[in-house]
Amino acid sequence: MLEIKNLHVSVEGKKILKGLNLTVNAGEVHSIMGPNGSGKSTLASVLAGRDGYEVTEGQVLYRGEDLLGMAPEERAHEGVFLAFQYPVEIPGVGSIQFLTAALNAIREHRGLEELDALDALKLFKDKIKALHVSDELLGRSVNEGFSGGEKKKNEIFQMAVLEPTLAVLDETDSGLDIDALRIVAEGVNALRSPERAFLVITHYQRLLSYIVPDFVHVLVNGRIVRSGEKELALHLEEYGYAWAGQRDPTGVGSG
Amino acid sequence: MNTPEIEALAQREYKYGFVTEIEQEFAPPGLSEEIIRFISAKKGEPDWMLEWRLRAYRYWKEQYEAGKEPQWAFLPYGYGPIDYQAISYYAAPKQRPESLDEVDPELLATYEKLGIPLEERKWLAGVAVDAVFDSVSVATTFKAELEKHGIIFCSFSEAVRDHAELVQEYIGSVVPHTDNFFAALNSAVFSDGSFVYVPKGVRCPMELSTYFRINAAQTGQFERTLIIADEGSYVSYMEGCTAPMRDENQLHAAVVELVALDDATIKYSTIQNWYPGDEEGHGGIYNFVTKRGACRGARSKISWTQVETGSAITWKYPSCILQGDNSVGEFYSVALTNLRQQADTGTKMIHIGKNTKSTIVSKGISAGRGQNTYRGMVKIMKGAEHARNYTQCDSLLIGDKCGAHTFPYIEVKNRTAKMEHEASTSKIGEDQMFYCQQRGIGMEDAISLIVAGFCKEVFRELPMEFAVEAQKLLSVSLEGSVG
Repeated sequence: MLEIKNLHVSVEGKKILKGLNLTVNAGEVHSIMGPNGSGKSTLASVLAGRDGYEVTEGQVLYRGEDLLGMAPEERAHEGVFLAFQYPVEIPGVGSIQFLTAALNAIREHRGLEELDALDALKLFKDKIKALHVSDELLGRSVNEGFSGGEKKKNEIFQMAVLEPTLAVLDETDSGLDIDALRIVAEGVNALRSPERAFLVITHYQRLLSYIVPDFVHVLVNGRIVRSGEKELALHLEEYGYAWAGQRDPTGVGSG
Repeated sequence: MNTPEIEALAQREYKYGFVTEIEQEFAPPGLSEEIIRFISAKKGEPDWMLEWRLRAYRYWKEQYEAGKEPQWAFLPYGYGPIDYQAISYYAAPKQRPESLDEVDPELLATYEKLGIPLEERKWLAGVAVDAVFDSVSVATTFKAELEKHGIIFCSFSEAVRDHAELVQEYIGSVVPHTDNFFAALNSAVFSDGSFVYVPKGVRCPMELSTYFRINAAQTGQFERTLIIADEGSYVSYMEGCTAPMRDENQLHAAVVELVALDDATIKYSTIQNWYPGDEEGHGGIYNFVTKRGACRGARSKISWTQVETGSAITWKYPSCILQGDNSVGEFYSVALTNLRQQADTGTKMIHIGKNTKSTIVSKGISAGRGQNTYRGMVKIMKGAEHARNYTQCDSLLIGDKCGAHTFPYIEVKNRTAKMEHEASTSKIGEDQMFYCQQRGIGMEDAISLIVAGFCKEVFRELPMEFAVEAQKLLSVSLEGSVG
């Protein structure tokens, strides 16, 4: 589904990603772990199409097509979803209105009929209930005055509504208490399916106890230095990222 | 004025070189006492009205000769000098296009974007529609309903004729001809406009709209409106519509006067969408308007809501004089400047009575190379015990070639006053845009969404159908402002 080949990315002239390779197949959950400044969020931003990231080399194919050539909204239409690390507030714009606009833009692209306000509202209520999140969030402006936890839950709720094909979660677990973490994880797990893939970017192993990944990759200094299965995350927790950068110290990683 | 007098006037006018068809329909360009007499005669006005116009004209002439055309508005791009002698102050209705085929396709495209029904498009574009869109019958039904309640709603000219005592009592009582240069000009040459009187204790059962007034189509460039709400009455008045209005006259100088007596409420909503000119600032209307309401009675209330998206230059301060004790003034405004538009708009709240209260919510949106200025004054007079004002003044910038400016003036002469002022300036964040786009919402829709959110507090003050149209209008006005 997603093939990243030798990706080099600079931000304001500074090289952040330096030859990243990654293949994600449908149905898989991949976790990207790494220390601060290793390029995790840059990867998420580049996949979603944020401005200001210059791809100097390499290629990203999504379902066989050149992802980097698409506008951000086209990527969304094609099923790419980013759960933001810092969801932005949009004052005065109702959550329902916002999500209805998003949903209908995507439905239109998929050749589906527009949902009217009532049907959309019913859908939102069902989805938010399934996540055990208060539907009081629906009555407010997009992320306005939301607590950190509410913002992250709202991201997961939006993901549940928009049903993406490839979901990228950018440090969705950071700053969450254990209850919120569980809600986020359950939201992701409920969406896991053979047609859908997840890229879970995180700093801590903690989240991976709830969302069990198929593969774990360690990103250090703009490159994936080690890949393995879920046990790799535990080793990381124990030995730290410096260890991961060494040449195959345990034989766990497949490089 | 009786017939021989008019004939005598017509004779004299002929001497001054007017067009000499049997039925004279327009005056040559230029402004003089003779022209004023001509206009007044054409309208069959009584002497007192003519005298009133002439007084205003003489005042305006003094001002003009002394070079006192106002210069204080903040218009960074300036504007060309206005040649008052080149303007025709009484023009015959223009030749109407026979069908939509003769109308500017760009104008029609905009109507379509705004979702205006086909029949109405014809009416708006000025196509002769009598047989198709039966505005006459709509207006007649409307009128019968109003008459049942004793409400007077007619053109200003009709009011001068049929309700002289009311017009005479109130005209110029809120905006005297000496108020400012353009008010003086309007008082001298006003073409037509609306007149509303709501009797004691009557709640007007419908929104009054210029849209439904039969002869609204030719109110012209010097519109004059007078609304009087008698004790305990209520009226909501809507001016303009979202459809772009094309007009060959560059200078518009309207005057609106509102009078609310004891316990009366007037709600005045405007959508202004005159031609804004092109990207280089060519063409476009100069919209120099004086709007003011007097809360004369105790517990009276006047609420202004405006959505200003048109005109090359807008110069407009709908104000409230809070004379009655416990009276309330409100001003809710959205002003959008795109292209090379310049707007200097705001309000004045003059607190005279005790416990008077005013609220100002101003939302300025600048895009393209638009320049948007909020200018507001809150004045608490000595006797205004326990007056309160809340002002909120927000600016939103789209792109980096536009400007937003704020000039609040506050004058407090009574120490029991309570004043609050909040102001903010923000740019549509790239973060907000990206967030919308990442969810699948395209750039232009994202801008519309964010701008509508920004304007929410004002839109909810508009009558329902107006609010929906206003939101659509903002989207259309902002088209092409990003990219």
